[in-house]
Amino acid sequence: MAMPSILGPFKTLRFLFEKPKTLRYPFERKEPALRYRGFHLNDWEKCTGCGNCADICPNQAIEMVEIPDMEAQPGQKNERPRLDYGRCCFCGLCVDICPPGSLRLSRDYFHIHFDTKTFTFIPKDEKTEKEKFLPPDKYSILQASLAHRKQDYEGFASDLDFSLFEPERITMPELGAEERKMSFVEQVLGYDKESARKEAARCLECKLCEEACPAHLKISDYVRAIYEDKPADSLKTIFKDNPIPAICGRICMKHCETACSLSIRGEPIAIRWLKRYVADSILDYKTALELSPAQPSGKKVAIIGAGPSGLALAYFLTLQGHHAVVFDAFPGGGGMVRIGPPAYRLPLESIDKDVNHMASLGVEFNFNTRVGSDISFEDIMKKYDAVYLAIGTSQSRSTKVKNADKCMLALDFLRKSKLESGVVVGKKIVVIGGGNVAMDVARTGLRLQKMQYPDEPTEIKTVCLENGDEMPASEDEIRESKEEGIAFNPAWGPKEVRLDDGGNIAGLLCMKVKSVFDGQGRFSPSFYEDQELFLEADTIIEAIGQAPDFSFIPQNLMSTLEFTPRRKVKVDENGQTTITRVFAGGDIVNINLDAVTAIADAKVAAEGIGKIFSKKTSG
Amino acid sequence: MRELELYFGPQHLGMVGNFSITLKAEGDRVLKATANPGYLHRGFEKLMEYRTWIQNFPLVCRINVVEPDHVEMAYAMAVEKLAGIEVPERAQYVRSIYLELARVGSHLFGLWAYANMLGFDTVAQWAMYHRDLVLDLFEELTGGRVYHIYIWPGGVRRDFPKGFKDKIVTTLHSIGGCVPDYDAAFFNNAIFHKRASGIGKIDQRRARELGATGQVLRATGMKYDVRKVAPYAAYDKVEWNVPVRSDGDAYSRIWVVRDEMIESVHMIFKLLDCMPEGEVFNKPPNPFKWKIPRGEAYARCESSRGEFGAYVVSNGEDKPYRVHFRTPSYPHGLIILEKLLENANIADVGNTMISLYVVAPEIDR
Repeated sequence: MAMPSILGPFKTLRFLFEKPKTLRYPFERKEPALRYRGFHLNDWEKCTGCGNCADICPNQAIEMVEIPDMEAQPGQKNERPRLDYGRCCFCGLCVDICPPGSLRLSRDYFHIHFDTKTFTFIPKDEKTEKEKFLPPDKYSILQASLAHRKQDYEGFASDLDFSLFEPERITMPELGAEERKMSFVEQVLGYDKESARKEAARCLECKLCEEACPAHLKISDYVRAIYEDKPADSLKTIFKDNPIPAICGRICMKHCETACSLSIRGEPIAIRWLKRYVADSILDYKTALELSPAQPSGKKVAIIGAGPSGLALAYFLTLQGHHAVVFDAFPGGGGMVRIGPPAYRLPLESIDKDVNHMASLGVEFNFNTRVGSDISFEDIMKKYDAVYLAIGTSQSRSTKVKNADKCMLALDFLRKSKLESGVVVGKKIVVIGGGNVAMDVARTGLRLQKMQYPDEPTEIKTVCLENGDEMPASEDEIRESKEEGIAFNPAWGPKEVRLDDGGNIAGLLCMKVKSVFDGQGRFSPSFYEDQELFLEADTIIEAIGQAPDFSFIPQNLMSTLEFTPRRKVKVDENGQTTITRVFAGGDIVNINLDAVTAIADAKVAAEGIGKIFSKKTSG
Repeated sequence: MRELELYFGPQHLGMVGNFSITLKAEGDRVLKATANPGYLHRGFEKLMEYRTWIQNFPLVCRINVVEPDHVEMAYAMAVEKLAGIEVPERAQYVRSIYLELARVGSHLFGLWAYANMLGFDTVAQWAMYHRDLVLDLFEELTGGRVYHIYIWPGGVRRDFPKGFKDKIVTTLHSIGGCVPDYDAAFFNNAIFHKRASGIGKIDQRRARELGATGQVLRATGMKYDVRKVAPYAAYDKVEWNVPVRSDGDAYSRIWVVRDEMIESVHMIFKLLDCMPEGEVFNKPPNPFKWKIPRGEAYARCESSRGEFGAYVVSNGEDKPYRVHFRTPSYPHGLIILEKLLENANIADVGNTMISLYVVAPEIDR
């Protein structure tokens, strides 16, 4: 500290001759920083309308408003955020919670208007609102407002490393490719309690998944219950819409995860595995669910097919007090799910857990009973108040190329390998098909090879019409199959099965595919006849699709059964077919061909059947 | 002589902030001063009980308008303590640099207030200009000029943008280059010396009794600084000094402020030099599901006014059960000010108040 001086201050007189530091606004402007937190921008093409921004806003400045002319789709709500700039404090929490990263803040901060209503504002991006966002030369600070903004003026934007949600999922423990291909041990090991709770904690509860799920499970609720460590509550919520969680928790086609808002820039919540965790962690459903049985109504419903749709309907009807009687040709429940997904994806114990619970509620199961041969459809129609057709697509299609009769059919192969023993496969297998069933077949074939020829070289190949990107099988299945060493031959179509001198299969002759679909997008493959590929094989399995078998329905009734243009059984809003008292659901009705849609059909039919019964009693 | 009741503020040239003092005076001698706060009471502590842990961040910064950063820090530290969240090492450095920048900005604001109040308009304008340069840095780092909302539980909200280190250095050099001018025009100005020395004098024992912290206490010769006695962020990673004075009057206090600013700038340079690379944010759980286990925590930091503390109680819910802040302006502005104004000259009321660095929103919350 120097001595205080009276003359010292005069030193600062030199500032009189310096230029002013103040900006001469508005002629001189200062550009806001690149991270400036100003007015909102929202890319409507990316925005899902999930509403997380509205939920996190500490000032309730954001409200989700329905946009006219916008249609809600799976993974997409018809709502967009509306800002109230009388409340907004520009903290940017909405930006950091936005899962698709569509909501950003711009570097504008001027809005002058006489009308206070203009301060509530639905932000949109410059791409869609060209009249509001002007290039710098046309922009004027004197008109600056929400309706007169500068182009390319993005400020504070989302950054995944700093987002308030966790984009990555908790890794599911799985067997490695080398280990799992040696046996049918279940590949996915399942979450333990801690991992399940951590995974459940990621859920933002925007409920996009619930709208995407065909059966509209209350996903956010049961995921939250898992997070709160209340598995019994979670199970109760699941059972309201889906009575087969152990099955669906393994093989569901997870429309929900595709719609999950976190999947846009990260990995979706592992909803399917969480459901599986709940189903597996509760040993006895019945005690956990504490269901109160309904008054018996005295009505009897026959359900043909113990697949997901039949099982679900049996459960829903039982809760209503009706007596459900299920017929199925297989020795156990599950229908196509019992034989289709190999044991490494869906072990029989898990199916039986769901089925046994249903039996304990009073559902009557008649297994090993084929309708048509063991019991006639007419009898059923006479004895029961309503009939539900949940027969699924139980017959494999064949390519019908030359000598195709020597090949195995996918469903026969899968059934035998899962339910019976003694399926013998060759050392060189070719699987025809590129769907999920073909992947199941190929991976099952590989496991059988490894078990039957442990020390010998074996090979397994697939052939499909579609090229690599078009293959209908799910990405996971394709990746896992490749990991296990299955070779792919995409864009090749079967021409002929070649036989050796002994009449056994020698291999498959293929031809190059020109295109799979015709100009109208219909399935109509065309080939280059001259480009050929010969795949040596001693076993060929055809997995090119399945068809339903209606042969048990007598001709006079069959003629009244109507179909949709896509060859599906036509049902009304109650799930009833064109034959009175006969309802239908599952793969013969919907085009999704999966378990959860089958359950959704059963929900519709359960309501429809209930409606008809109550009408009859009252009338 | 007749006793007069005088209202000093909130509309008064010598008053900065929404605060007032009721004076009982005889002639130009103050007999009794009663602090009259409440103009800025917004009920933050209660409001916080209705907002989730993360939603409270845009709220807490408004507790101190001049330097929101230390409030964020205290609250974030308390939440981290309660929830057991680790902060990455780089984030500790970033936090320290950010808080020291806040201290410089806040002290420059205080300097503006003091100089302006005493009529040293030139110095006041310099200080305001230089504070703006610091705010430019904040704008670039956080996107906001005044309310930065930058410190999160688990680290900070964004890493340094490209070239930010250099920008800090250039800005601080240009401010530091003006220290001789400030000294000549203000700190060593004989008029200011006359005006400030001996004003609002308090001795160390009394200051401690009355709960003084910050430069009010350090101007009495006590080397007490939370950054030293209970180091947080990266304050224990570099060498630095606690500036003190011994007279305990307004002049000493403003000199402590001046020295502190210079020390902060040096500290920022040192921290920038040894700042490690790496993560700056350790994500807290999903804000919609984040429940903090039952418990209570007190966290404190050294704001530019003194010890700033946050006491947070969790009931195991997604919102705090109770939050309370220990703000340095509370004892300074309510208790010490009243004592110091006894027998003071009316002309020294504003002088005394501003030399105590009182910020009204901190008192009211």
